[in-house]
Amino acid sequence: MIPAEFEYEVAGSVDEAIELLGSREDAKLLAGGHSLIPAMKLRIARPGTLVDIGRIAGLSYVREDGDGIAIGALTRHQDVATSELLREHCGIVAHTAGEIGDPQVRHRGTIGGSVSHGDPASDLPGVLLTLDAELVATGPGGERRIAAADFFTGVFETALGPQDVLTEIRVPSLGGAGWAYLKFSRRAQDWATVGVAAVASNGGAKVGLVSMGATPLRASAVEQALASGADAAAAAEHADEGAEPSSDVAGSADYRRHLVRVLTRRALEQALSG
Amino acid sequence: MKQIAVTVNGTRHEAEVEPRQLLVYFLREQLRLTGTNVGCDTSSCGSCTVLLDGESVKSCTLLAVQADGHEVTTIEGLADGDTYHPMQQAFHEHHALQCGFCTPGMVLAAVSYLKENPKPTEAEVRLALEGNLCRCTGYHNIVKAILAASGAEA
Repeated sequence: MIPAEFEYEVAGSVDEAIELLGSREDAKLLAGGHSLIPAMKLRIARPGTLVDIGRIAGLSYVREDGDGIAIGALTRHQDVATSELLREHCGIVAHTAGEIGDPQVRHRGTIGGSVSHGDPASDLPGVLLTLDAELVATGPGGERRIAAADFFTGVFETALGPQDVLTEIRVPSLGGAGWAYLKFSRRAQDWATVGVAAVASNGGAKVGLVSMGATPLRASAVEQALASGADAAAAAEHADEGAEPSSDVAGSADYRRHLVRVLTRRALEQALSG
Repeated sequence: MKQIAVTVNGTRHEAEVEPRQLLVYFLREQLRLTGTNVGCDTSSCGSCTVLLDGESVKSCTLLAVQADGHEVTTIEGLADGDTYHPMQQAFHEHHALQCGFCTPGMVLAAVSYLKENPKPTEAEVRLALEGNLCRCTGYHNIVKAILAASGAEA
């Protein structure tokens, strides 16, 4: 399979990328290409122009910034997974990046590309939502910060505008808080049939779900049950409340509803014992 | 058409490519390096694995224009003249192939992996191969070969 024809432009800077997005018909950003190129080969995506931002210098980094960690949008999954800073201060992000795809995919795929793609079966968006991360977008009007809760708006849809470039992902330092990301898939490299992220917080936990609806979700009913004193097993029984999982080759909606309760209990036990 | 310059197996190649040209077809059809196979064509099976600047990537999911200015190593570039690369030698000695279709990708994935983790355990090797499928299911000897190449007791 070969993608349909498109124009190809290399952006030398974020400003140039924004300008190209504005001046070209149906333009799309190319970072590592590991979500976009497969979609283009299948004709699910058919952009008129690809604006390659993969060569922009200075957008691949992991650094301390204020109370949290700032991750450049072009940081590859491999570099997120092996970042000492993330392992120490926000281990769930490093761990989850190491669970994406396979080594070859992690050598090319970037955190910004994965997040901008807005796939509800993708691992990192669910973890970022759980962490109340912030996404930094730069557009014609300058820079703005978008809360993860406002960022994922639908299947393959995000709050990014047509000329926005996602430039940075900001996550909190977790201190000693326990965490877990559990993902169940049929084969090693598959997308999550269901994924559950849990981060201990204020005696309870924040819980996020992957592949349980059109966007990553927070399991609010689980979080409320924990806050009201329920133990992990009792709270996890609420994990599918408000979720709208779909049925596909990996599992039926009913199976996902069952699986999410099991994985939530295990994730809570792990996070709350940490 | 776009002009690109890619160093493949140590030789610099300047070529004109369509932007939609995938790296694997650039290697196979323009450079006639057919050791790199196309299997699933959906970035799942790993038989198209090559090294880009020393790291394993799936060349069916990379545009040739993305490799502009970079170094690519294919299975043809691994041996030193008539002397096998240690990973090739280990695959040979441990009979780590049946039909051989996945072998170039397996070897290159393994070369890349040992750079990241020079002394892996058997379990780690098995996980590291999650991006490479062997349609003969001949994984046991592949794992043995990679462990042997790492210097572990096989």
